[in-house]
Amino acid sequence: MKIIILISLITLQLLSGGCSLLGIDDIEPWVKPYERQNIADPIMSMNRDPVSAAYMNHVTQSREGAKGAEGGGGGGCGCN
Amino acid sequence: MLKAAVAVVVAVTSMLHTLNKILAAVAAALISSSLLQAAVLPEDRADVMFHSYSGGGVTIDGPSLLVRKDIASTVSVSANYYVDTVSGASIDVEASGASEYSEERIEYSVGADYLYDKSILSAGFTSSIENDYEAETWFVGISQDFFGDLSTISIGYAAGSDTVMQNGNDSFEGQADRQNFQLGLSQIISPNLLMNINYETATEEGYLNNPYRSYRFVDPANTSNTLSATEVYPNTRTSDAVAIGGKYFLPYRAVLSANYRYFTDDWDIDAHTYTLGYTHPLDKGWIFDLTYRFYQQKSAYFYSDLHAFQAVDESDFRGRDKELSEFNTQTLGFGVSYQFAISTHLIEKSSINLQYDFIQFDYDNFSDTRDQVALGEEPLYEFDAEVIRLYLSIWY
Repeated sequence: MKIIILISLITLQLLSGGCSLLGIDDIEPWVKPYERQNIADPIMSMNRDPVSAAYMNHVTQSREGAKGAEGGGGGGCGCN
Repeated sequence: MLKAAVAVVVAVTSMLHTLNKILAAVAAALISSSLLQAAVLPEDRADVMFHSYSGGGVTIDGPSLLVRKDIASTVSVSANYYVDTVSGASIDVEASGASEYSEERIEYSVGADYLYDKSILSAGFTSSIENDYEAETWFVGISQDFFGDLSTISIGYAAGSDTVMQNGNDSFEGQADRQNFQLGLSQIISPNLLMNINYETATEEGYLNNPYRSYRFVDPANTSNTLSATEVYPNTRTSDAVAIGGKYFLPYRAVLSANYRYFTDDWDIDAHTYTLGYTHPLDKGWIFDLTYRFYQQKSAYFYSDLHAFQAVDESDFRGRDKELSEFNTQTLGFGVSYQFAISTHLIEKSSINLQYDFIQFDYDNFSDTRDQVALGEEPLYEFDAEVIRLYLSIWY
């Protein structure tokens, strides 16, 4: 577990640090906090209905050949 | 537990600094950056859902209960109890000559999210049990906000182990191990546009068949007749999926969403998934959702509706699982949600939700062999399914 967390942290830092290495650090975030009221609206949430979204993933995964990249937090469905 | 978790994270951070000075400098720059804002734990909420799937001769329904609560300002725990009650007979069951059956699958999940500085560390475990299939999966993940909270990177890893059994054959037991790795980036593009990219790679190894499924092949003694035998699958599978999606906030407080996913694996299944959604809130707590989803896949290289010969050994793969065939599905979904207040200081808000999806399955090279018609004259299989979710959500 510690190894995986370590690898994840390293990868995360590399990815997010990549911005610094590429000089993107100089770019200011162009959407200011006071401009984010629409983004923060609950209807913009990527995970508005977690119990329903997880269920629909289960429905499609057990009937289609493709799965993955649904943006969820992992786990499996045991649905062969 | 909290102290131990803090100790682990501090130790990991310390190791990072020791391992790589450049990395440490980058991390320090990130952490000290005034651009960073705090990551946020998921909301405290509970969902009680009744779900139902009905189609292709099968009805699957049951409850699902999801509860999430923070136990400190930095830790949020969740638990899910889920049941599938299956009854009926699918085309696979009917074609095999078996009769209707019923069975139950119970799934338990627990998870925890830990907020540390600007990151959220997640871990969880899921157990699924039915009379002929058991699966256990654990996962860990981490996500971090950066670039003034405009960007979120997330990484996840999951590993699972399945035990495959067969009713009526006590001597049979298969094992399958699964692993997957996920990478995601969420990016605020403009005050009204949010986009994300997700990538997932998965490997599976072991007994990947469904022991009840069989393939058919031409009877060598009578070419107008067919025989059947248990499917022979490869014992490894590696897949990659990448998805890009976005949500756009319209000028009159409504949201348009779109998502595309490409999937490919070493069984030669290539699949494309397109999803469009529209969310329209009205006054007094009503929210309406409309979704359309189109899914299309190519068949696996060892799939055939009718194989010419029987497999000669275990590496001569044969499949006729309709999930491996070439087919497409179209889904039209409608949802309505009503948010209401309960006059108690324990509950912040509540909503009652009803979602209905109608799915059409159209198979391009999987025949319906239930009726006695001449070989080669069988119609292609197709069916419709209805999916219902009715649930109550409470935020506290």
